[in-house]
Amino acid sequence: MKTSLPRLMLQSAPAALATALAAVFLLAGCNPPGSTSTGAAKAGSASSPAARTWVAPGEMDEYYLFYSGGHSGQVFVAGLPSMRHISTIPVFAPYPGTGYGFDEETKQMLGDFTWGDVHHPGLSQSNGLYDGRWLFVNDNANNRVARINLRDFKTHQILGPIPNSSGNHGSSFVTENTEYVLVATRFSVPLPKGRYADPTSYEKEFNGMVSGIKVDPKDGKMSVGWQILTPPFNWDLGSTGKGPSSGWAFWTSYNTEMAYETLEATSTQRDRDYAAIVNWRAAEAAVREGRASLLSGVPVIDPAKVPGVLYFLPVPKSPHGIDTDPSGRWIAASGKLQPVTSVFDFEKIQAAIAKKEFDGEFRGVPVIRYESVLEGEVPVGLGPLHTQYDGKGNAYTSLYVESAVAKWKLPPWSDAERADLNRVVLDKIDVHYNIGHLVIGASDTREPYGKYLVAMNKLSKGRHISVGPSQPESSQLIDISGKKMEMLYEAFTEPEPHFAQILKADAIKPIEVYPKAESTHPHAIWEAKDASINRSGNTVEVKMVAIRSRFIPDRIDVNEGDELIIHVTNIEQTTDMIHGLAIVEQNTNIIIDPGETKTLRLKVKGPGVFPFYCTNFCSALHQEMQGYLTVKPKS
Amino acid sequence: MIKNLLVREHRFLHRPLSLASRLILLAAAAALVAAVFLPLWKIHLVAPQYREGLALNIYAHKLVGGNGGQDLHEINTLNHYIGMKPIAQADFVEMTWLPFALGAFALLALRAVFIGRMQSLVDLVVLFVYFTTFSLINFYVRLYNYGHELDPRAPMTIEPFMPVMFGSQKIANFIQTSLPQSGALCLGLVPLLIVFAMWCSRHETLPEQ
Repeated sequence: MKTSLPRLMLQSAPAALATALAAVFLLAGCNPPGSTSTGAAKAGSASSPAARTWVAPGEMDEYYLFYSGGHSGQVFVAGLPSMRHISTIPVFAPYPGTGYGFDEETKQMLGDFTWGDVHHPGLSQSNGLYDGRWLFVNDNANNRVARINLRDFKTHQILGPIPNSSGNHGSSFVTENTEYVLVATRFSVPLPKGRYADPTSYEKEFNGMVSGIKVDPKDGKMSVGWQILTPPFNWDLGSTGKGPSSGWAFWTSYNTEMAYETLEATSTQRDRDYAAIVNWRAAEAAVREGRASLLSGVPVIDPAKVPGVLYFLPVPKSPHGIDTDPSGRWIAASGKLQPVTSVFDFEKIQAAIAKKEFDGEFRGVPVIRYESVLEGEVPVGLGPLHTQYDGKGNAYTSLYVESAVAKWKLPPWSDAERADLNRVVLDKIDVHYNIGHLVIGASDTREPYGKYLVAMNKLSKGRHISVGPSQPESSQLIDISGKKMEMLYEAFTEPEPHFAQILKADAIKPIEVYPKAESTHPHAIWEAKDASINRSGNTVEVKMVAIRSRFIPDRIDVNEGDELIIHVTNIEQTTDMIHGLAIVEQNTNIIIDPGETKTLRLKVKGPGVFPFYCTNFCSALHQEMQGYLTVKPKS
Repeated sequence: MIKNLLVREHRFLHRPLSLASRLILLAAAAALVAAVFLPLWKIHLVAPQYREGLALNIYAHKLVGGNGGQDLHEINTLNHYIGMKPIAQADFVEMTWLPFALGAFALLALRAVFIGRMQSLVDLVVLFVYFTTFSLINFYVRLYNYGHELDPRAPMTIEPFMPVMFGSQKIANFIQTSLPQSGALCLGLVPLLIVFAMWCSRHETLPEQ
């Protein structure tokens, strides 16, 4: 266009040359350098949602998004703002892609379980800020908590099943300095676990539990610190305190009716259910002072005998999320079945406790008077679930029934606002559809990032090209930096993210190879000459090296029925030089990252000759990276 | 006439060195010592999948791979595909005596500072130029051998090649760049400094007694 325009002008009237050139320069001035057409410039203008989420090939995202993988048992890692799925961290289920659950180390960690239900990832904190060390995730199904180390993005510990704890939904809520990962039971059972009682005796025989999982500050190793026995309410979601609420933790519950059948109806009768207000420092002290008794090897506190550890707070109605704001003063709890979010003032809670403003007690636990501690009921909309904060005085609540996110102003409120709390609801944006959790980076710390919000929606129907009846989940990226929320992008994940955590990409510096100097594996070998095959009775133990593009040794001879143990070290120290070791028809595949040693153990199926090969494409001669396992028949 | 020339030569060789020349020589000695510790040469390999490059730093006394030594392993791992023998410090016998040789030259330079005669400088510059020429040829031969003594049973067969010594060239998917480093620059400076010292004292005479 730029060249044809002056040519046209020249043909018609030479006198117009100067004007034509001027026009060309003007046109050229409209386009930023490097752009070819005004159309492209429009779509790519810096303020368009496309430009703000566009991470060009070779460029990097600004944030990590750690999604819980729900009943896939895994954690998904995506980048923001691109929303691209980058990797999957296997946690509670085998994952052949990284060989997880096939080598001895991870097999041992998984135990007999082949799946888990990951709900709420929690990043470790120091001084109320993310410290980038660990990510904790819970398993709602099998009552476990796992620790992922963000140095290598691998699961390093799975704790559980936690004794006396069933239905580990109310976790993983990390305290300000990662002293504890706090856990509460969704399903009450007769305790200790393994004891039979008829569900009709639910009120009497069943119990819930709130647990403090202690985290070793040095290596993150988790152990059960203490537990608080509770009535058989269904503890739901929680959060930890900070600032004025430092040392406290909060959980909502449903079913304070203590119903045991058709909960849909029977557990929704009361207008208010109890939230648990837990002084975890007091619980810690009670255990130290010997005021707990052992149950299944864990010190369990009876809150009726140890006052000050647990209080109940009525919250309307069948509440779900209970989220502490960045200051630690305001606590927002949302009742699924009424269109308001209740905001509590922790300073009032402390005053009410001090002045004993209680509405009686339940099984020896004081019930704090609702009116004494309520700051206000904000009419956010239908089906409010969870609240996140931007650190600028605003809260964002997900509205499941309404399929929207409401933005509202945290207290303090003016008298006019207080008179009509509709005034503090500032903005609303539709999401698609039926939002569950939402996440703002570092909302659970003292300093939220406040730039993006990710809505995690339960239904994605009609939002993507059809993939048949099994539908993925939808997540939507919303810009919250301005006055109005703005929808930027959407992406789809496998089932099923519940909650997520966002971490600044530059907050961590993961290793990309396991440094040889750090290798302490007793069976690691680093040179071909150290490779060996040793038989002892019916066990054949191999020390193997994997390097581009060979296994050393590449022939292993065993007899039918032998036990074969292979310790294989990937002696590469180059990023992305990952090798696999699969043996055909032996149902095994382990993946060894650079510098890693893994152990494969199997009872050899045979006789016959079974090729083994590298499964993770490594090099130009990857196909040639193979060997033979020969199995002689029993004589 | 020839006699005249010999006389002038004799006079030149016995010319004393000025203070400036001696200081310059001191600088030459310092440059020689520095060359023992500074990298002499760097070979850098860049390919699409090695955008950050693989580096090999050659010192007078050691061979250091980039990325904490890892690049040398990586270069050897890659080279095994074309049958090049592994590059190992143990094969570079000169690295055991090179620092001593440079030290000896530094001592000779200091000797010249104290003796203060033009003839010491002639000795020094001639020996040093001989030594560096020999070292460069030796380096060239080593590179030649690495590029030509390829195992015929290697997975990939490539034409024997001469790795570039100065500048860049493309070998398969790699661009190899080879350039002298600060240590080599110091060594290059030494003969220049000596000649400069000579020039500074070209009219120098002993003061009348």
